[in-house]
Amino acid sequence: MQLTDQTIHQLHQRLSSGEISSVALTEAYLQRIEQTDPEVNAYITICRDAALADAAAADKRIAAGDIDLLTGIPLALKDIFNSEGLRTTCGSKILDNFVSPYDATTVARLKARGAVILGKLNMDEFAMGSSNENSAAGPVRNPWDGERVPGGSSGGSAAAVAARQAVATLGTDTGGSIRQPAAHCGVVGLKPTYGRVSRYGVIAYASSLDQVGPLARDVEDCATLLGAVAGYDPADSTSVDRPVPDYLATLKDGVNGKRIGLPREYFIDGLDADVKCAVERAIETYRTLGAEIVDVSLPHTDYAVACYYLIATAEASSNLARYDGVRFGVRRDEGEGLIGMYQQTRAAGFGEEVKRRIMLGTYALSSGYYDAYYLKAQKVRTLIRQDFLDAFENVDLLLTPVAPTPAFKIGEKVDDPLQMYLSDIFTIPVNLAGTCGLSLPCGLSADGLPIGLQLIGKPFAEDELLQAAWAFENATDFSQLPQLAADR
Amino acid sequence: MDSRYEVVIGLEVHVQLTTKTKIFCGCSKDFGQQPNSQTCPVCLGLPGALPVLNRQVVEDAIKAGLATNCQIAPRSIFARKNYFYPDLPKGYQISQFELPICEHGWLNIETEENGQKKIGITRIHMEEDAGKLLHSDGDSSQVDLNRACTPLLEIVSEPDMRSADEAIAYLKQLHQIVVYLGVCDGNMEEGSFRCDANVSIRPWGQEEFGTRAELKNLNSFRFIKQAIEYEVERQADLIDDGGTVVQETRLFDADKGTTRSMRGKEEAHDYRYFPDPDLVPLVVSDDWVDSVRGALPELPDSKLARYQQELGLPAYDAGVISAERDLAEYFEALVALHDNAKVCANWVMGEVSRALNENGIPVTACPVSPQLLAGILERIADNTISGKIAKTVFEDVWNTGKTADQIIDEKGLKQVTDTGAIESILDEVIAANQGQFEELKGGKDKLTGFFVGQVMKASKGKANPGMVNQLLKKKLEG
Repeated sequence: MQLTDQTIHQLHQRLSSGEISSVALTEAYLQRIEQTDPEVNAYITICRDAALADAAAADKRIAAGDIDLLTGIPLALKDIFNSEGLRTTCGSKILDNFVSPYDATTVARLKARGAVILGKLNMDEFAMGSSNENSAAGPVRNPWDGERVPGGSSGGSAAAVAARQAVATLGTDTGGSIRQPAAHCGVVGLKPTYGRVSRYGVIAYASSLDQVGPLARDVEDCATLLGAVAGYDPADSTSVDRPVPDYLATLKDGVNGKRIGLPREYFIDGLDADVKCAVERAIETYRTLGAEIVDVSLPHTDYAVACYYLIATAEASSNLARYDGVRFGVRRDEGEGLIGMYQQTRAAGFGEEVKRRIMLGTYALSSGYYDAYYLKAQKVRTLIRQDFLDAFENVDLLLTPVAPTPAFKIGEKVDDPLQMYLSDIFTIPVNLAGTCGLSLPCGLSADGLPIGLQLIGKPFAEDELLQAAWAFENATDFSQLPQLAADR
Repeated sequence: MDSRYEVVIGLEVHVQLTTKTKIFCGCSKDFGQQPNSQTCPVCLGLPGALPVLNRQVVEDAIKAGLATNCQIAPRSIFARKNYFYPDLPKGYQISQFELPICEHGWLNIETEENGQKKIGITRIHMEEDAGKLLHSDGDSSQVDLNRACTPLLEIVSEPDMRSADEAIAYLKQLHQIVVYLGVCDGNMEEGSFRCDANVSIRPWGQEEFGTRAELKNLNSFRFIKQAIEYEVERQADLIDDGGTVVQETRLFDADKGTTRSMRGKEEAHDYRYFPDPDLVPLVVSDDWVDSVRGALPELPDSKLARYQQELGLPAYDAGVISAERDLAEYFEALVALHDNAKVCANWVMGEVSRALNENGIPVTACPVSPQLLAGILERIADNTISGKIAKTVFEDVWNTGKTADQIIDEKGLKQVTDTGAIESILDEVIAANQGQFEELKGGKDKLTGFFVGQVMKASKGKANPGMVNQLLKKKLEG
């Protein structure tokens, strides 16, 4: 087994026994990135020198007996995380030259544990997209099929794990941006409950929906990484001061006696036959594992996508106002005064989808439309959240598909934003409800593409989510690794 | 003021708070530092930075609310006010919009025509200030964000004022309160207390308000009065000439004493307010409000009444002393040590204030502490020194920091109360001024002062004037 095929827990044992060094491991990853990234394009910035320095420091810690599960483990970050001294572009031309002067809280937490940061990962510009085609750094190619998208917006984070270009990665999820690419790339991705993980230093798309989460090769790694970044942060007023459970301690507790709900609104006609089949098999697996399967209803599901595209774009229109060319980023100024500078900077710096969402959001917040759009959407959001809370009165977890289809082809939906928006139809409600969701592999389509299973948990019940995911993973064998051209 | 129309004025006051740090980050808000040195990712509006509310700002807002009779909202919301300007780092200002922390307050002002009048306070809300643009020559400007994110309270009145004088009375009272509370340094020139005035006029008897103009750039009470009076005339002339007032922002030009339109810059902004998703709703418990209320200082209104009713001071004295919190506290410390309040007030308004002014120092730095001053006053009360000698003792205490008793001892200033000694001086004075003494005897009472004065002079001020008077009376009767 190649070094780069292994998981955090496997590598941790070899690092702590002194069998391998973090520097050697990091070198192996850097080499793998060099070999494979021309075909995947998962990295925007590769931080070779900084990574090797991190690794050398980690080796010293390990030699001194100071080792944590993440010490010396090569990880990578979606390019939405501020990381001191590293270029942080958020997939946008407007931040092409932005070298951040500070670390996001989550990044600081990983560094404190001695993790190695290999680089910054490709993404849809400002996390707006479901295919990673909206990136100034070009599209990411799905490691399973280079003609296909990896999903988005954390497309680089998912593809890098699948292509073994990092042991695990951090992404962000606003409407499915961790879970959908995890599903399309055949890895495990978790969107924590809103407030579980600090957003400080994570470039905002839609502040009331954004949440940081891990993408990893297996459920145990996912639990490890979540445990490392979760927890209250006084620098983020929306983070919740509530103890972080020991996710690893309860990981293998199983699902015997758990009640798993199937929201009937999620099993719709448009669902791809392979996806439907894989999810149905997964349901059978859970039954076999001792779970009770229950039919439930989330009656306001139909409104979720519309509601999301009002709230997220409204917040984005304001969040992205700071990219004005005044203090940082790429400024365009052709001498037409202040307004001209703003217009030229933003016209040249933002891509089409970002502009579309800024305009949608600006409209939704405008005087005379606010009540009909933004305020109404907030009310609908409350109803959607209530749907989930009501369902959780009767069940412990919900089980759904992650996306209606496996990964689609690059270019297939770029001209049809509405079709593109519908690819997040099963993930968006979880963000609106503010609860947690996890995507894990549950099979391959007839075309050999990964299919994802979504588990949705009660607010702050990430531990239950991980238990159920681990039980499934342990009972099945869907964690295959894709063969890249470079591997053949 | 113009009498053709009724004037309607509402005021928006921005109060810069005296907190050590900014409203949403830990940066110091020291002014006069190198541009952009008092900044961090949060107040620079860097990607990913998030605001965290400064608790002291909330506490100051509660203080201001309680002192202006507002209701304190148990739950209030921060909102984003969206607009582009280079001094506004995030492209929006965090403020409060629909649910401010304080509402429904009022202040009483004294008006010349109608006595006491209640002015409504619509709301008080918290917000962050913007940075500053430094315009240099040529076509570029520099941005200094040291001031960005410093805490402000915006205090909005009802349109209850009917003249510039009422507006000034309200502003002075509000100014006094926020300075008293210690939440603002009150410096208008430096912009710590700034005011925008909404001014409109309407025909007498009309209920509906006229169209208002918003006046800006008013950085002294005098300018506010000038600006309002100019604006009222302008609107009245405009209407009389058949024109209409347009709703607009007008800048006051202090050099010309006029206001001019800012139109063009200010075209119907849509600020797209919405609740800031980065900040959770602010919940203020009753306990918190109660503890702030319990710690509020006594306000000038209450001191004014108390000084008159309990201490028997004349209204004028009570007004002068209560106007400034530090002076009032000095006075109160003095009164606690010396029970003649009127004498205390005379000294505080007289010698103390004079010496402070001459030396240009605040009362908090007065070298003659209330304890030292009380020591002087005691020696007047027990006839050890006269009031006149006391003034020289005061000078010496000021300069040396010694007690009155030390100085009286060292300089031998103890008043002569020995009847024999005073009588012999009096006899000498009478002998030297026989003619005037006869006139005094003949009923020319005015000459009493002359004789007492001569005795005081001969005794170098040390004779007890009361005893001189008594002895002189005896001589006249004798």
